[in-house]
Amino acid sequence: MSIKVLYFASLREEIGRGADVIDFPPEETSSSLSVEQLWINSTGQQSFPDNLLVAVNQEYTNPQALLADGDEVAFFPPVTGG
Amino acid sequence: MDSLRKIIIVDSPFDPLQLQSEYQTESMRGQTNYGATANFVGTMRDFNEGDDVQSMTLEHYPAMTEKQLNLIVDEATEKWPLQNTLIVHRVGEIFPAESIVLVAVWSAHRGAAFDACRFIMEDLKHKAPFWKKEALTTGADRWVEENTKGY
Repeated sequence: MSIKVLYFASLREEIGRGADVIDFPPEETSSSLSVEQLWINSTGQQSFPDNLLVAVNQEYTNPQALLADGDEVAFFPPVTGG
Repeated sequence: MDSLRKIIIVDSPFDPLQLQSEYQTESMRGQTNYGATANFVGTMRDFNEGDDVQSMTLEHYPAMTEKQLNLIVDEATEKWPLQNTLIVHRVGEIFPAESIVLVAVWSAHRGAAFDACRFIMEDLKHKAPFWKKEALTTGADRWVEENTKGY
């Protein structure tokens, strides 16, 4: 399964890149892959930060949400528009 | 009648009142059923948190911005009887006194217009994926970490 990961704003600068494509071999994801597991896998961090926001396919969700092949997952800090 | 809407993301300076006026003329020609228009214009200040700000860069997540703003307008039109909604939001590099955002709503009565305009603006602040990075007059850069309560 292949997941596109995007990082925005201060998080993009901290991580040093704006996007990843992460491919998981079928045997690793036969059960299910959560947003939190993807975060740990893509960034190497230990846990999901409290104030981190996440969207799957451009809609807000939570770290426990499960992912499907081809999903676009975006991680970002609190929004500050307007 | 279905509610009208338009969402525009711009990367250069815009005149909010001119856009609002032009949009009203083009989208509501011949309509005589709206009695109230409310709008909010957000403008870049030259100060924030006690520091002088020289310019700002607004980053966004294009695909989600449009989707999220549409969800916010969906919710507003479920809560209030709106005839029309216009949202304009600036991205890219921006300087003090330039407009950042315009929210305008048209309804039959002022209550719905005022309330829906406020609702859309507050929801935009909390949910629309935009991020501000300030360039201070000292030469330092910093990300705005969170929006204030608005007072």
